Amino acid sequence: MPQMHEAKRVSFIIETPMQSRLTAAIEEAGVTGYSIFPVLGGSGASGRWSREGQVGRAGGMVQVVCIIRPDRLEALLEHTFRLVERHIGVVSVTDCQVLRAERF
Amino acid sequence: MTGFFDLALANLGSPLILSFILGVAASLARSNLSIPEATAKAMSIYLLFAIGFKGGVSVADHGLDPALVKTLVGGLALSAGLPFVAFVLLKVMTGLDRTNAAAVAGHYGSISIVTFVAGTSVAEANGYAHEGFMVAVAAAMEAPAILSALWLIGRSGGAAGGGRMDAGLWREILLNGSIVLLVGAFLIGLVTGKDGLAEIESFIVTPFKGVLCIFLLDMGLVAGRGIRENRAVIRPGLIAFGIVMPIVGAAIGVAAAALIGLSTGGTLLLMVLAASASYIAVPAAMRVAVPEADPGIYLTLSLGITFPFNLTLGLPLYLAVARYVTGA
Repeated sequence: MPQMHEAKRVSFIIETPMQSRLTAAIEEAGVTGYSIFPVLGGSGASGRWSREGQVGRAGGMVQVVCIIRPDRLEALLEHTFRLVERHIGVVSVTDCQVLRAERF
Repeated sequence: MTGFFDLALANLGSPLILSFILGVAASLARSNLSIPEATAKAMSIYLLFAIGFKGGVSVADHGLDPALVKTLVGGLALSAGLPFVAFVLLKVMTGLDRTNAAAVAGHYGSISIVTFVAGTSVAEANGYAHEGFMVAVAAAMEAPAILSALWLIGRSGGAAGGGRMDAGLWREILLNGSIVLLVGAFLIGLVTGKDGLAEIESFIVTPFKGVLCIFLLDMGLVAGRGIRENRAVIRPGLIAFGIVMPIVGAAIGVAAAALIGLSTGGTLLLMVLAASASYIAVPAAMRVAVPEADPGIYLTLSLGITFPFNLTLGLPLYLAVARYVTGA
Protein backbone atom coordinates (compact mmCIF):
# COMPACT_ATOMS: atom_id res chain seq x y z
CA MET A 1 0.00 0.00 0.00
CA PRO A 2 1.39 3.45 -0.85
CA GLN A 3 2.46 5.80 1.93
CA MET A 4 -0.45 7.91 3.26
CA HIS A 5 -0.05 11.34 4.86
CA GLU A 6 -2.24 13.17 7.38
CA ALA A 7 -4.13 16.20 6.04
CA LYS A 8 -7.09 18.44 6.88
CA ARG A 9 -10.14 18.80 4.65
CA VAL A 10 -11.71 22.23 5.15
CA SER A 11 -15.18 22.75 3.70
CA PHE A 12 -16.95 26.10 3.38
CA ILE A 13 -20.60 26.19 2.36
CA ILE A 14 -21.19 29.86 1.71
CA GLU A 15 -23.47 32.25 -0.16
CA THR A 16 -22.66 32.43 -3.86
CA PRO A 17 -21.99 36.22 -3.88
CA MET A 18 -19.17 35.57 -1.37
CA GLN A 19 -17.42 32.94 -3.50
CA SER A 20 -14.74 35.12 -5.09
CA ARG A 21 -13.98 36.84 -1.77
CA LEU A 22 -13.58 33.50 -0.03
CA THR A 23 -11.24 32.07 -2.66
CA ALA A 24 -9.19 35.29 -2.51
CA ALA A 25 -8.88 34.90 1.28
CA ILE A 26 -7.88 31.25 0.87
CA GLU A 27 -5.13 32.25 -1.56
CA GLU A 28 -4.00 35.03 0.80
CA ALA A 29 -3.53 32.36 3.44
CA GLY A 30 -1.07 30.65 1.11
CA VAL A 31 -3.42 27.86 0.04
CA THR A 32 -3.45 27.57 -3.74
CA GLY A 33 -5.46 24.40 -4.15
CA TYR A 34 -9.23 24.31 -3.71
CA SER A 35 -12.33 23.07 -5.52
CA ILE A 36 -15.70 24.77 -5.91
CA PHE A 37 -18.89 22.71 -6.00
CA PRO A 38 -22.43 23.88 -6.74
CA VAL A 39 -24.91 23.25 -3.95
CA LEU A 40 -28.19 21.98 -5.41
CA GLY A 41 -30.25 23.10 -2.47
CA GLY A 42 -30.67 22.67 1.21
CA SER A 43 -32.04 23.94 4.47
CA GLY A 44 -30.45 25.55 7.47
CA ALA A 45 -30.92 28.03 10.29
CA SER A 46 -31.52 30.80 7.74
CA GLY A 47 -34.12 28.89 5.72
CA ARG A 48 -34.13 26.89 2.50
CA TRP A 49 -32.31 27.51 -0.73
CA SER A 50 -32.27 25.92 -4.17
CA ARG A 51 -30.39 26.37 -7.41
CA GLU A 52 -33.42 25.54 -9.55
CA GLY A 53 -34.58 28.47 -11.60
CA GLN A 54 -32.30 30.95 -9.89
CA VAL A 55 -31.96 34.00 -12.09
CA GLY A 56 -29.80 35.84 -9.60
CA ARG A 57 -26.91 34.52 -7.55
CA ALA A 58 -28.06 35.98 -4.26
CA GLY A 59 -30.19 33.06 -3.18
CA GLY A 60 -27.71 30.29 -3.96
CA MET A 61 -24.90 28.60 -2.08
CA VAL A 62 -21.58 27.07 -3.15
CA GLN A 63 -19.18 24.72 -1.43
CA VAL A 64 -15.47 25.48 -1.46
CA VAL A 65 -13.25 22.61 -0.36
CA CYS A 66 -9.52 22.64 0.25
CA ILE A 67 -7.23 19.91 1.51
CA ILE A 68 -4.18 21.19 3.33
CA ARG A 69 -1.27 20.14 5.51
CA PRO A 70 -2.31 20.27 9.20
CA ASP A 71 0.22 23.04 9.95
CA ARG A 72 -1.56 25.38 7.52
CA LEU A 73 -4.96 25.06 9.17
CA GLU A 74 -4.63 27.90 11.70
CA ALA A 75 -3.55 30.46 9.09
CA LEU A 76 -6.34 29.40 6.76
CA LEU A 77 -9.03 29.68 9.42
CA GLU A 78 -7.71 33.06 10.59
CA HIS A 79 -7.83 34.50 7.06
CA THR A 80 -11.23 33.12 6.22
CA PHE A 81 -13.08 33.50 9.50
CA ARG A 82 -13.00 37.31 9.30
CA LEU A 83 -14.82 36.98 6.01
CA VAL A 84 -17.39 34.34 6.80
CA GLU A 85 -18.31 35.14 10.39
CA ARG A 86 -21.16 37.55 9.44
CA HIS A 87 -22.53 35.36 6.67
CA ILE A 88 -24.87 32.43 6.26
CA GLY A 89 -22.94 29.19 5.87
CA VAL A 90 -21.09 26.31 7.46
CA VAL A 91 -17.35 25.82 7.96
CA SER A 92 -16.18 22.33 8.85
CA VAL A 93 -12.79 20.68 9.27
CA THR A 94 -12.24 16.93 9.01
CA ASP A 95 -9.19 14.71 9.15
CA CYS A 96 -8.23 12.94 5.97
CA GLN A 97 -5.29 11.24 4.32
CA VAL A 98 -3.61 12.02 1.02
CA LEU A 99 -1.23 10.09 -1.16
CA ARG A 100 1.16 12.82 -2.31
CA ALA A 101 1.97 15.13 0.59
CA GLU A 102 4.19 17.41 -1.47
CA ARG A 103 1.10 18.64 -3.34
CA PHE A 104 -0.52 20.09 -0.23
CA MET B 1 -61.60 53.24 -14.83
CA THR B 2 -63.25 51.33 -17.68
CA GLY B 3 -59.96 51.62 -19.53
CA PHE B 4 -58.13 50.10 -16.59
CA PHE B 5 -60.53 47.17 -16.26
CA ASP B 6 -60.36 46.40 -19.98
CA LEU B 7 -56.57 46.57 -19.91
CA ALA B 8 -56.41 44.46 -16.74
CA LEU B 9 -58.67 41.77 -18.22
CA ALA B 10 -56.66 41.69 -21.45
CA ASN B 11 -53.42 41.54 -19.45
CA LEU B 12 -54.61 38.77 -17.13
CA GLY B 13 -55.72 36.71 -20.12
CA SER B 14 -52.41 37.03 -21.97
CA PRO B 15 -50.08 34.02 -22.36
CA LEU B 16 -47.36 35.93 -20.47
CA ILE B 17 -49.39 36.43 -17.30
CA LEU B 18 -51.08 33.03 -17.48
CA SER B 19 -47.62 31.41 -17.69
CA PHE B 20 -46.56 33.30 -14.57
CA ILE B 21 -49.75 32.31 -12.75
CA LEU B 22 -49.16 28.68 -13.75
CA GLY B 23 -45.69 28.86 -12.19
CA VAL B 24 -46.99 30.34 -8.92
CA ALA B 25 -49.85 27.82 -8.74
CA ALA B 26 -47.57 24.87 -9.48
CA SER B 27 -45.12 25.98 -6.80
CA LEU B 28 -47.81 26.61 -4.18
CA ALA B 29 -49.30 23.18 -4.96
CA ARG B 30 -45.84 21.66 -4.41
CA SER B 31 -45.59 20.31 -7.96
CA ASN B 32 -42.16 19.03 -8.98
CA LEU B 33 -42.22 21.29 -12.06
CA SER B 34 -38.91 23.15 -12.31
CA ILE B 35 -36.77 25.00 -14.81
CA PRO B 36 -33.07 24.05 -14.59
CA GLU B 37 -30.75 26.86 -13.50
CA ALA B 38 -28.80 26.79 -16.78
CA THR B 39 -32.01 27.12 -18.81
CA ALA B 40 -33.21 30.07 -16.74
CA LYS B 41 -29.81 31.71 -17.16
CA ALA B 42 -29.83 31.15 -20.93
CA MET B 43 -33.31 32.63 -21.24
CA SER B 44 -32.36 35.71 -19.21
CA ILE B 45 -29.31 36.23 -21.48
CA TYR B 46 -31.54 35.94 -24.54
CA LEU B 47 -34.13 38.40 -23.18
CA LEU B 48 -31.54 40.96 -22.10
CA PHE B 49 -29.75 40.78 -25.44
CA ALA B 50 -32.99 41.07 -27.41
CA ILE B 51 -34.38 44.01 -25.43
CA GLY B 52 -31.05 45.84 -25.45
CA PHE B 53 -30.51 45.27 -29.18
CA LYS B 54 -34.01 46.43 -30.11
CA GLY B 55 -33.56 49.56 -27.96
CA GLY B 56 -30.31 50.38 -29.74
CA VAL B 57 -31.91 49.88 -33.16
CA SER B 58 -34.77 52.18 -32.18
CA VAL B 59 -32.35 54.96 -31.16
CA ALA B 60 -30.34 54.44 -34.39
CA ASP B 61 -33.57 54.68 -36.36
CA HIS B 62 -34.96 57.80 -34.71
CA GLY B 63 -31.70 59.58 -33.93
CA LEU B 64 -30.48 60.79 -30.55
CA ASP B 65 -33.34 62.36 -28.65
CA PRO B 66 -32.64 65.41 -26.43
CA ALA B 67 -34.89 63.76 -23.87
CA LEU B 68 -32.25 61.04 -23.44
CA VAL B 69 -30.09 63.03 -21.00
CA LYS B 70 -33.10 64.34 -19.09
CA THR B 71 -34.53 60.83 -18.75
CA LEU B 72 -31.17 59.41 -17.66
CA VAL B 73 -30.85 62.10 -14.99
CA GLY B 74 -34.46 61.53 -13.96
CA GLY B 75 -33.87 57.77 -13.74
CA LEU B 76 -30.75 58.20 -11.62
CA ALA B 77 -32.61 60.60 -9.29
CA LEU B 78 -35.53 58.15 -8.99
CA SER B 79 -33.21 55.26 -8.20
CA ALA B 80 -31.33 57.25 -5.55
CA GLY B 81 -34.42 58.91 -4.08
CA LEU B 82 -37.03 56.13 -4.00
CA PRO B 83 -35.25 54.16 -1.23
CA PHE B 84 -35.83 57.10 1.12
CA VAL B 85 -39.56 57.09 0.30
CA ALA B 86 -39.65 53.31 0.75
CA PHE B 87 -37.74 53.58 4.03
CA VAL B 88 -40.26 56.06 5.48
CA LEU B 89 -43.18 53.88 4.33
CA LEU B 90 -41.57 50.80 5.84
CA LYS B 91 -41.10 52.54 9.18
CA VAL B 92 -44.75 53.65 9.14
CA MET B 93 -46.30 50.43 7.83
CA THR B 94 -44.11 47.67 9.27
CA GLY B 95 -42.15 46.86 12.39
CA LEU B 96 -38.91 46.23 10.52
CA ASP B 97 -35.68 47.27 12.22
CA ARG B 98 -33.53 49.89 10.53
CA THR B 99 -31.12 47.46 8.86
CA ASN B 100 -33.84 45.33 7.27
CA ALA B 101 -35.91 48.40 6.37
CA ALA B 102 -32.94 50.01 4.61
CA ALA B 103 -32.07 46.78 2.80
CA VAL B 104 -35.66 46.39 1.58
CA ALA B 105 -35.78 50.09 0.61
CA GLY B 106 -32.71 49.63 -1.60
CA HIS B 107 -34.55 47.01 -3.63
CA TYR B 108 -37.38 49.45 -4.37
CA GLY B 109 -35.08 52.13 -5.78
CA SER B 110 -33.49 49.68 -8.17
CA ILE B 111 -35.39 47.95 -10.96
CA SER B 112 -36.73 44.62 -12.17
CA ILE B 113 -35.63 44.12 -15.77
CA VAL B 114 -38.23 41.38 -16.30
CA THR B 115 -41.04 43.75 -15.30
CA PHE B 116 -39.51 46.25 -17.73
CA VAL B 117 -39.47 43.63 -20.50
CA ALA B 118 -43.11 42.73 -19.73
CA GLY B 119 -43.91 46.47 -19.80
CA THR B 120 -42.46 46.81 -23.29
CA SER B 121 -44.62 43.86 -24.40
CA VAL B 122 -47.75 45.47 -22.93
CA ALA B 123 -46.90 48.81 -24.58
CA GLU B 124 -46.33 47.16 -27.95
CA ALA B 125 -49.46 44.98 -27.65
CA ASN B 126 -51.50 48.15 -27.12
CA GLY B 127 -49.87 49.98 -30.00
CA TYR B 128 -47.66 52.38 -28.03
CA ALA B 129 -44.08 52.83 -29.20
CA HIS B 130 -41.53 53.93 -26.62
CA GLU B 131 -38.24 55.74 -26.66
CA GLY B 132 -35.50 53.20 -27.43
CA PHE B 133 -33.15 54.75 -24.89
CA MET B 134 -35.37 53.55 -22.03
CA VAL B 135 -33.17 50.42 -22.02
CA ALA B 136 -30.16 52.58 -21.12
CA VAL B 137 -32.24 54.31 -18.41
CA ALA B 138 -33.12 50.88 -16.99
CA ALA B 139 -29.43 49.95 -16.82
CA ALA B 140 -28.55 53.27 -15.15
CA MET B 141 -31.19 52.76 -12.45
CA GLU B 142 -29.74 49.48 -11.15
CA ALA B 143 -27.01 50.83 -8.87
CA PRO B 144 -27.74 54.22 -7.20
CA ALA B 145 -30.37 52.69 -4.91
CA ILE B 146 -27.72 50.44 -3.36
CA LEU B 147 -25.73 53.49 -2.26
CA SER B 148 -28.85 55.07 -0.73
CA ALA B 149 -29.60 51.87 1.20
CA LEU B 150 -26.04 51.62 2.51
CA TRP B 151 -26.13 55.27 3.52
CA LEU B 152 -29.36 54.67 5.45
CA ILE B 153 -27.77 51.73 7.25
CA GLY B 154 -24.48 53.50 7.93
CA ARG B 155 -26.21 56.61 9.26
CA SER B 156 -27.72 54.68 12.13
CA GLY B 157 -24.61 52.63 12.81
CA GLY B 158 -26.81 49.59 12.21
CA ALA B 159 -25.74 46.17 10.99
CA ALA B 160 -22.57 45.90 13.08
CA GLY B 161 -20.71 48.84 11.66
CA GLY B 162 -22.84 49.55 8.65
CA GLY B 163 -22.76 48.18 5.14
CA ARG B 164 -19.40 47.25 3.70
CA MET B 165 -18.67 48.69 0.28
CA ASP B 166 -15.33 47.83 -1.29
CA ALA B 167 -13.82 48.17 -4.75
CA GLY B 168 -14.72 44.58 -5.58
CA LEU B 169 -18.36 45.16 -4.77
CA TRP B 170 -18.39 48.36 -6.82
CA ARG B 171 -17.07 46.44 -9.81
CA GLU B 172 -19.61 43.65 -9.33
CA ILE B 173 -22.49 46.14 -9.18
CA LEU B 174 -21.45 48.37 -12.08
CA LEU B 175 -20.20 45.55 -14.29
CA ASN B 176 -22.68 42.85 -13.35
CA GLY B 177 -23.58 40.58 -16.25
CA SER B 178 -27.08 41.99 -16.71
CA ILE B 179 -25.88 45.58 -17.08
CA VAL B 180 -22.98 44.65 -19.37
CA LEU B 181 -25.24 42.57 -21.61
CA LEU B 182 -28.06 45.11 -21.71
CA VAL B 183 -25.78 48.08 -22.47
CA GLY B 184 -23.57 46.03 -24.80
CA ALA B 185 -26.53 44.77 -26.86
CA PHE B 186 -27.92 48.33 -26.89
CA LEU B 187 -24.63 49.59 -28.36
CA ILE B 188 -24.54 46.78 -30.95
CA GLY B 189 -28.09 47.68 -31.97
CA LEU B 190 -27.14 51.36 -32.09
CA VAL B 191 -24.13 50.67 -34.32
CA THR B 192 -25.73 48.14 -36.66
CA GLY B 193 -29.20 49.72 -36.85
CA LYS B 194 -32.02 48.31 -38.94
CA ASP B 195 -29.66 46.35 -41.20
CA GLY B 196 -28.30 44.53 -38.17
CA LEU B 197 -31.80 43.85 -36.92
CA ALA B 198 -32.83 42.41 -40.30
CA GLU B 199 -29.97 39.90 -40.05
CA ILE B 200 -31.02 38.46 -36.68
CA GLU B 201 -34.70 39.37 -36.57
CA SER B 202 -35.87 35.76 -36.83
CA PHE B 203 -33.94 35.01 -33.64
CA ILE B 204 -34.51 38.05 -31.43
CA VAL B 205 -37.97 39.27 -32.47
CA THR B 206 -40.21 36.33 -33.42
CA PRO B 207 -39.41 33.93 -30.52
CA PHE B 208 -39.25 36.74 -27.96
CA LYS B 209 -42.72 36.38 -26.44
CA GLY B 210 -42.53 32.59 -26.34
CA VAL B 211 -39.23 32.71 -24.45
CA LEU B 212 -40.66 35.38 -22.16
CA CYS B 213 -43.59 33.04 -21.38
CA ILE B 214 -41.26 30.25 -20.25
CA PHE B 215 -39.11 32.72 -18.33
CA LEU B 216 -42.18 34.07 -16.53
CA LEU B 217 -43.24 30.49 -15.76
CA ASP B 218 -39.87 30.11 -14.04
CA MET B 219 -40.30 33.43 -12.24
CA GLY B 220 -43.70 32.20 -11.06
CA LEU B 221 -42.13 29.02 -9.70
CA VAL B 222 -39.45 31.01 -7.85
CA ALA B 223 -42.00 33.54 -6.56
CA GLY B 224 -44.37 30.77 -5.39
CA ARG B 225 -41.52 28.96 -3.64
CA GLY B 226 -40.49 32.20 -1.91
CA ILE B 227 -44.04 32.82 -0.69
CA ARG B 228 -44.42 29.23 0.52
CA GLU B 229 -41.13 29.12 2.38
CA ASN B 230 -41.20 32.59 3.91
CA ARG B 231 -44.83 32.84 5.01
CA ALA B 232 -43.70 33.29 8.60
CA VAL B 233 -41.66 36.46 7.97
CA ILE B 234 -44.09 38.14 5.55
CA ARG B 235 -46.59 39.86 7.80
CA PRO B 236 -49.67 41.87 6.68
CA GLY B 237 -47.85 45.20 7.00
CA LEU B 238 -45.10 43.97 4.67
CA ILE B 239 -47.61 42.64 2.14
CA ALA B 240 -49.37 46.02 2.17
CA PHE B 241 -46.01 47.75 1.65
CA GLY B 242 -45.24 45.43 -1.28
CA ILE B 243 -48.39 46.68 -3.01
CA VAL B 244 -48.47 50.33 -1.89
CA MET B 245 -44.81 51.08 -2.64
CA PRO B 246 -44.96 50.25 -6.38
CA ILE B 247 -48.03 52.47 -6.72
CA VAL B 248 -46.22 55.32 -4.93
CA GLY B 249 -43.12 54.73 -7.08
CA ALA B 250 -45.21 54.73 -10.26
CA ALA B 251 -46.89 57.99 -9.18
CA ILE B 252 -43.47 59.63 -8.75
CA GLY B 253 -42.38 58.06 -12.05
CA VAL B 254 -45.34 59.48 -13.97
CA ALA B 255 -44.62 62.95 -12.55
CA ALA B 256 -41.01 62.67 -13.74
CA ALA B 257 -42.13 61.42 -17.17
CA ALA B 258 -44.55 64.35 -17.50
CA LEU B 259 -41.78 66.81 -16.62
CA ILE B 260 -39.47 65.23 -19.21
CA GLY B 261 -42.23 64.99 -21.82
CA LEU B 262 -42.00 61.29 -22.63
CA SER B 263 -44.37 59.49 -25.01
CA THR B 264 -47.16 57.25 -23.69
CA GLY B 265 -44.96 54.16 -24.04
CA GLY B 266 -41.99 55.94 -22.46
CA THR B 267 -44.16 57.19 -19.59
CA LEU B 268 -45.41 53.66 -18.97
CA LEU B 269 -41.85 52.32 -18.89
CA LEU B 270 -40.53 55.00 -16.53
CA MET B 271 -43.49 54.24 -14.24
CA VAL B 272 -42.64 50.52 -14.45
CA LEU B 273 -38.99 51.20 -13.62
CA ALA B 274 -39.97 53.36 -10.64
CA ALA B 275 -42.55 50.82 -9.47
CA SER B 276 -40.47 47.66 -9.77
CA ALA B 277 -38.11 46.18 -7.23
CA SER B 278 -34.80 44.46 -7.86
CA TYR B 279 -34.31 40.74 -7.20
CA ILE B 280 -30.95 40.23 -8.91
CA ALA B 281 -28.42 43.07 -8.48
CA VAL B 282 -29.50 44.47 -5.12
CA PRO B 283 -29.95 41.15 -3.26
CA ALA B 284 -26.45 40.08 -4.34
CA ALA B 285 -24.99 43.41 -3.17
CA MET B 286 -26.90 43.22 0.13
CA ARG B 287 -25.68 39.70 0.83
CA VAL B 288 -22.11 40.95 0.54
CA ALA B 289 -22.45 44.38 2.18
CA VAL B 290 -25.19 43.79 4.76
CA PRO B 291 -25.35 40.08 5.59
CA GLU B 292 -27.33 40.88 8.76
CA ALA B 293 -30.36 41.84 6.66
CA ASP B 294 -32.76 38.93 6.19
CA PRO B 295 -32.91 37.80 2.52
CA GLY B 296 -36.17 36.00 3.26
CA ILE B 297 -37.80 39.42 3.74
CA TYR B 298 -36.41 41.39 0.82
CA LEU B 299 -36.40 38.59 -1.76
CA THR B 300 -39.93 37.48 -0.89
CA LEU B 301 -41.20 41.07 -0.92
CA SER B 302 -39.68 42.00 -4.26
CA LEU B 303 -40.19 38.66 -6.01
CA GLY B 304 -43.23 37.25 -4.21
CA ILE B 305 -45.38 40.35 -3.65
CA THR B 306 -44.33 43.34 -5.78
CA PHE B 307 -43.32 41.47 -8.95
CA PRO B 308 -46.66 39.58 -9.22
CA PHE B 309 -48.60 42.75 -8.39
CA ASN B 310 -46.81 44.77 -11.06
CA LEU B 311 -47.17 42.02 -13.62
CA THR B 312 -50.89 41.36 -13.12
CA LEU B 313 -52.52 44.62 -11.98
CA GLY B 314 -49.72 47.19 -12.00
CA LEU B 315 -48.97 47.17 -15.73
CA PRO B 316 -52.57 47.83 -16.83
CA LEU B 317 -52.95 50.45 -14.09
CA TYR B 318 -49.77 52.24 -15.12
CA LEU B 319 -50.76 52.10 -18.80
CA ALA B 320 -54.20 53.55 -18.03
CA VAL B 321 -52.56 56.41 -16.08
CA ALA B 322 -49.90 56.94 -18.78
CA ARG B 323 -52.63 57.17 -21.43
CA TYR B 324 -54.58 59.65 -19.32
CA VAL B 325 -51.56 61.84 -18.54
CA THR B 326 -50.26 61.93 -22.13
CA GLY B 327 -53.77 62.34 -23.57
CA ALA B 328 -53.43 59.20 -25.73
